[in-house]
Amino acid sequence: MYPELGQVSLILALLLAVLLSVVPLVGALTGRDSLQAFARPLASGMFVFIGLAFAILTHAFIVDDFSVAYVANNSNSMLPWFYKFSAVWGGHEGSLLLWILMLTGWTLAVALFSRKLPSVVVSQVLAVMGMVCVGFLLFIIVTSNPFDRLLPNIPLDGKDLNPLLQDIGLILHPPMLYMGYVGFSVAFAFALAALINGRLDAAWARWSRPWTTVAWSFLTIGIALGSWWAYYELGWGGWWFWDPVENASLLPWLSGTALMHSLAVTEKRGVFKSWTVLLAIVTFALSLLGTFLVRSGVLTSVHAFASDPERGAFLLMLLGITILGSLVLYAFRAPVVHVRSRYGSLSREIFLLLNNVLLVTATLLVAIGTLYPLILDYLGMGKLSIGEPFFNTTFSPLAVAAGLLLGAGIFSRWKKTDGGWLARKLFWPLAVSLTGTAAVILYYGSFKPWAFAGVFTAIWVTVATLWDLWDKSASRQGLLHGLKRQSRSYWGMVLGHLGVAMVMAGATVVSNYGVERDVRMVPGDSAMVGEYEIVFKDIGNRQGANFTAQYGSFDVFLNGRKVSELHPEKRNYPVGMSVMTEADIDAGLFRDIFVAIGEQISDDAWAIRLQYKPLIRWLWLGAFVMAFGGFLAIADKRYRIKVRKTENNRAEKNRPATGSVAEATS
Amino acid sequence: MKRFLLFLPLLFAIGVGIFLAAGLGKDPTKLESARIGKPVPQFSLQSLNDPEVLLDASLLRGEVTLLNVWAEWCPSCWDEHEYLMWLSKEKGVRLVGLNYKDQRETAFRFLARLGNPYREIIFDPQGALGFDLGVYGAPETFVIDAQGVIQYRHVGVVNRQVWEEVLLPVINKAKGNS
Amino acid sequence: MRFLPAILVLLMLSGIARAEVMAVYDFDTRAEEQRYRDLIAELRCPKCQNQNIADSNSPISKDMRDQVYRLMKNGATNDEIVGDLVGRFGEFVQYKPPVDKRTILLWGFPAIAVVGGVLIVAGVAMRSRKRDQGEPTLSQEEKARARQMLADKDQ
Repeated sequence: MYPELGQVSLILALLLAVLLSVVPLVGALTGRDSLQAFARPLASGMFVFIGLAFAILTHAFIVDDFSVAYVANNSNSMLPWFYKFSAVWGGHEGSLLLWILMLTGWTLAVALFSRKLPSVVVSQVLAVMGMVCVGFLLFIIVTSNPFDRLLPNIPLDGKDLNPLLQDIGLILHPPMLYMGYVGFSVAFAFALAALINGRLDAAWARWSRPWTTVAWSFLTIGIALGSWWAYYELGWGGWWFWDPVENASLLPWLSGTALMHSLAVTEKRGVFKSWTVLLAIVTFALSLLGTFLVRSGVLTSVHAFASDPERGAFLLMLLGITILGSLVLYAFRAPVVHVRSRYGSLSREIFLLLNNVLLVTATLLVAIGTLYPLILDYLGMGKLSIGEPFFNTTFSPLAVAAGLLLGAGIFSRWKKTDGGWLARKLFWPLAVSLTGTAAVILYYGSFKPWAFAGVFTAIWVTVATLWDLWDKSASRQGLLHGLKRQSRSYWGMVLGHLGVAMVMAGATVVSNYGVERDVRMVPGDSAMVGEYEIVFKDIGNRQGANFTAQYGSFDVFLNGRKVSELHPEKRNYPVGMSVMTEADIDAGLFRDIFVAIGEQISDDAWAIRLQYKPLIRWLWLGAFVMAFGGFLAIADKRYRIKVRKTENNRAEKNRPATGSVAEATS
Repeated sequence: MKRFLLFLPLLFAIGVGIFLAAGLGKDPTKLESARIGKPVPQFSLQSLNDPEVLLDASLLRGEVTLLNVWAEWCPSCWDEHEYLMWLSKEKGVRLVGLNYKDQRETAFRFLARLGNPYREIIFDPQGALGFDLGVYGAPETFVIDAQGVIQYRHVGVVNRQVWEEVLLPVINKAKGNS
Repeated sequence: MRFLPAILVLLMLSGIARAEVMAVYDFDTRAEEQRYRDLIAELRCPKCQNQNIADSNSPISKDMRDQVYRLMKNGATNDEIVGDLVGRFGEFVQYKPPVDKRTILLWGFPAIAVVGGVLIVAGVAMRSRKRDQGEPTLSQEEKARARQMLADKDQ
């Protein structure tokens, strides 16, 4: 009975979404306040119904209702309850429902946190978000209904959740990722609203910024979680494979980073508006493209959710309408008139523009690399593969260039920066970076040009960021006071950049100085990996909740001293009939030791994979530092200025928006 | 001019959309053989039926042949076998089997249940000839002309549609040239 | 030596699942071992869902790894080894796309885009500077008119 209710909820939500797309927009275009007032209640109603649908689906999983096809395909009575909960988004239909839940959630958030924005703008923004909801609700109701039943032959038990997904990674990674993808729809909606009402100004940029930053932060966390999950779960110690699905998540991230920086310029100086609007549209378009790629079967990937050409066609149509529609609007309505602003060749504006050039090049590079095999195949020019060797070679220089630019750009000033002054500022970063890099290279033992470039850039960014912080915190009452005086927005930027430096350092060091070995071992054997000695003690059996396992014991020694004990396993899941390798990792801030059990070579000999991964945690820690910086930035005071409710202000709220500072935002 | 620039993203998106639409429904795992136009590589393997008999590349010369890679453990091979029987018996197609990474007992069991359409079967338990031919899974079917040169490689089951639309034209062309 | 990612599930379903006895290869030097690892990371399994032959457990990947090892021991260069496998399975198995007229655009793209972008930015910067220099000034007559208009407004 409940699943049918769930279906009805979806349909009701669709109806509300349709109303939301139309009514407030008409109200905004014709100036009718009464119609505009429908926006918030409609957004709330939509969220309530989707929340209900999601709750019903979750309930079906928890109570093992195998009459629902989706539950039967993704769950099992022996599954631990927390995995039953996360199995809700373990397959195509459920993950789409999660997408829509997030979408309606963000719509509601915009409705709730935009009380200080002009009603006309809010109506238009919510209407655009309503349109996106309509598209996805149509998709899920028509092609991917999670509430389809398997009556009358209800299976006795479910097919079980893929063992790879029975992990905390599944609980966290997709929700964070979707919060990011879907969050970019807000910037998209603001952009389209601005194109519709023609008011593309610094105020628009100021409103869009916090929403964009939050979405970006979530996406950063989502991608980092995905990488970390792959690392410890898949058993081969890799953390990024340039797989099409991974690339699909990186594309909106790169574009979103460019957007964040571009919004800063547009907000501060009112320039590059057409460009920023385009970035807002493109970033969300890339989110949608990612959704399409993962589900359509157009590209092969280990991560692909579904490869259903029918659904793919519907999704492509949805994608097409959304993206082409917004780009048509852009082509006709984006401003062509230049703002008469002046900035010198070393101004912050120019540095940020160059930052955009590098980030957009990186975005296009990843996109082209991912889609090129498809294009060549279509043109009959053969079936190529494009993977790690290509991306590592072409992406790394861009990353290094962006880092070097960052270090210099930190010191740049709006409008004009004196070249000589800038060069003098860069002296210490240069000196410290050179010596620091030399020290790191010496420590790890061998000189590799890319290792040098990467480490240099990471140190360069760090020193420049801290130097600038020190500069700005100069205060007669001491450094601490100066530091406390800095705005959260500034601290957010500092953390964001330090996070990037950490990621660069981690990626460079682990790629260049990591050691991977596969060795044949019998109990009692030992093998070296890097400076560490791994001793294979023994291997036995153990029983888990829904699996049986072979359980190995290893000791890790450094310079003769025992450092840790590791217990990797090979698990056998009888229901899904699959075998999983669970590596065990001795995690450390400066290195991981990774041991996994491979094949049994003979009665007592096993193939053992040993890995030494220096600085690998910095990859994910750096990402978290970046995301934390983002969250800090939106907690800045300027987004929380309370407007005093006087006669004037109430009148002001209903007048069209101006760029005045008094109009605080979201 | 400036307005024209603003239309560029739209044009770019349309282009990408066309490629994506074209990619729908295509199977990215069906590869073209790198061996087309090259002669069948030299080999020396036992016949499945008689371990004393050694077969080599001359088996595939003299007549246009369909070399079918199969194994008992391959589910799709069970599906296509009936059609292969028909091709061999009714259409007189010269079918040679390549028993790939299999064991004699299980291969015989397969043939006993489903019939034997092959003039001869090469027993390749290590998959050595398969590896030289660029076989990466079963079933696969090669069209080899009378000179022993590979003309085509089909990945997947052979059924009526595949026969009429894909293999027959290649065979006719190969026959026409010899 | 090889580990079992979820692809094994698919293999099970396609019926090729068997417990395999896999060799761990012996090398004379660490450098050779590293060279082998680099090679197998660059080669793609022709039937998997986008995995290199280092991480794939499929039988064909094992055959390919054996071949790489055999050729290495016979003294082949990296190019020859990759060429051998490409000759059997096609370009698909190479993760590094060849540099030919089809892929010129692909390999050249980053450089072209960055140079193009920098030129555009330079253009933007120069145009801004020109705006700086070519600021129109009012003539005496225009200044008088302006004064008059301002005076009118005050009344």
